[in-house]
Amino acid sequence: MMRSTQTSNSAMDAAILVMKDLCKTYHLGSVELRVLKDINLAIHCGEYVAIMGPSGSGKSTLLNMIGCLDRPTAGDYLLGGRSVASLEDDQLSLIRGARIGFVFQSYNLISQLNVVENIAIPMYYQGFSEQASVQRARGLATLVGLGERLNHRPTELSGGQQQRVAIARAIANDPLIILADEPTGNLDSASGTEILAILDRLHEEGKTLIVVTHDEHVATKAKRIIRLFDGRIDRDEFNER
Amino acid sequence: MTVFRVKRIVRLGIKSLWMHRLRSTLTTLGIVFGVASVIAMLAIGEGASRDAQERIAQLGSRNIIVKTVAPPEDQSAPGHQRILNEYGLTYDDAERFQNSIPGIQVIVPNRRLSQQAFYRNRRVPVEVIGTVPWYPSISPVRPRFGRFLTVTDMRYKQSVCVVEEGLVRDLFGVDDPLGQDVKIAGDYYRVVGIATTQNRAASEDKDLSPARKTGGANLGGIYIPLTTVKNHFGEVATQTGPATGSTMQRIELQEIIVQVRSIDRVLRTRQSVQALLALSHKKNDYEIIVPLELMRRARDVQRIFTLVLGSIAAISLLVGGIGIMNIMMATVSERTREIGIRRALGARKRDIVIQFLSETLLLTLFGGIVGIVVGSAIPFGVSYFGNMRTLITPGSLVLAFGISSAVGLVFGLYPAYRAANMDPIESLRHE
Repeated sequence: MMRSTQTSNSAMDAAILVMKDLCKTYHLGSVELRVLKDINLAIHCGEYVAIMGPSGSGKSTLLNMIGCLDRPTAGDYLLGGRSVASLEDDQLSLIRGARIGFVFQSYNLISQLNVVENIAIPMYYQGFSEQASVQRARGLATLVGLGERLNHRPTELSGGQQQRVAIARAIANDPLIILADEPTGNLDSASGTEILAILDRLHEEGKTLIVVTHDEHVATKAKRIIRLFDGRIDRDEFNER
Repeated sequence: MTVFRVKRIVRLGIKSLWMHRLRSTLTTLGIVFGVASVIAMLAIGEGASRDAQERIAQLGSRNIIVKTVAPPEDQSAPGHQRILNEYGLTYDDAERFQNSIPGIQVIVPNRRLSQQAFYRNRRVPVEVIGTVPWYPSISPVRPRFGRFLTVTDMRYKQSVCVVEEGLVRDLFGVDDPLGQDVKIAGDYYRVVGIATTQNRAASEDKDLSPARKTGGANLGGIYIPLTTVKNHFGEVATQTGPATGSTMQRIELQEIIVQVRSIDRVLRTRQSVQALLALSHKKNDYEIIVPLELMRRARDVQRIFTLVLGSIAAISLLVGGIGIMNIMMATVSERTREIGIRRALGARKRDIVIQFLSETLLLTLFGGIVGIVVGSAIPFGVSYFGNMRTLITPGSLVLAFGISSAVGLVFGLYPAYRAANMDPIESLRHE
């Protein structure tokens, strides 16, 4: 089923993430590179969305935009009802820390810290006390099945375990959106299935998930698939399994 | 809460530094040596300065010493035989000072003569100092046993003497000197006291003390009332030299020491003394020594000395700081990805700055502490093996520590700033 790219105003109000005519242009010397063109998008609370598209379609840029790592050149971006398109760097940091949970393809754990300390990083930057954040980090580690490995370093864990730590870290501050960039890209299929199961569980608990992937198998887990092509939303459809 | 934060930042910093122990240690060495050299150099400089100042202070900071010197034309006119040279300070000079310069507290006119002292079968070369009973008030000389000269000794031209402590063993051996008679130039003098110099530093190195130069550096002194000296020795001395032949010299006083009431009068009084002497002395047969001026000059020289030493030490600290900056730059680019992760997880630029700055500060503060320990040990070695006086002032420790933290701050700021301003997206992609 095709879904209209034009979203009604009332729907926008309820949406957790709204992009309006969002554009991103890079200037490489004299060449102008329009990576995102007039993106209009609304994602509602509790949705499980997969973003797909070939390389160079603007997936990563859209992801960075959603994750507040980058600012749009034009258009508006509302996150949780608040415009973040023109915020200061410090405020963007705050939003990244408090409202967005990142899960990366290559886990991106900090190698000199152990499991608990890695999970506690986002809480630290939000000003939680050490005691509170360590306690919560332990709980989250147990939740993703790493209760036995609290003091292990990332190098002592398998890829699947590392990705579970990364997921625990992503939900540490109870964010509005969990943003996963190819979460199973570096994993064997067994570990990948485990990770997808955890993401499913988070979705069932009511979290909003946005997963960027190449993998149709991963995408089929999602309830809605947005396909990008050449910087535009090509198709935006609900996934009917 | 902030305490928690600081604790965590410090712990995180130590953890990161600990991961590269060798690198951190080598980096710190630059600061260690810098701080150590600052402390050691300041300690050596301060010790030398204190030494010089104490020696000069022995001369008395409120004193003005006027000394007789042979006028230049006399020294350069050989061939004249048996000429009576009359020069030097006179009793009139002393009186003039007393009468016409305000603010003078004490005037001590002195005669100094090189003589031989005899006791039983011993013969010791001595410096006879004809002086006044109030000599101790302008010098560090004090009676240790017996008494010093008195006004009565002066008035009645008594044949009494006070012997300097250093002479006692040479002249009297194991005898108790008090009450003994010493023969000098045919006359006998009864020993009434033994004098000691209050501070050791000055008595050990007489060569630096101009007041003592006339008598020869190693001669012990025997104090005899000025009037007695005048009576027994007269004022004419015959000098026989190979080049000059035989010369007669008439010198009334070898020195006059003027003490003023307060230190701020010293320089004014010196001018008055000079003016008075210029009026009555046609020949340039005197010199004026102002210990206060010497002290100031010594202090100035010391300041330059300290400045030079300090600059050398500061340069080594600078080099150490540049080394640290270099390593921190390497660390930052090595940890680009970590920076990107932290930025994605909510770290503000400020947080990144604090993280890297605290690592640099930890390095330099640790280096500073080790440097203080090493730098405090060096002066002891110098004192022990080099036989030099050294002095570690608390100020130099604070300074060295302050400099090392300042170095950490200055040289850590740029790498930290670079780290904070990396583009999070680029950093996350960094391999």
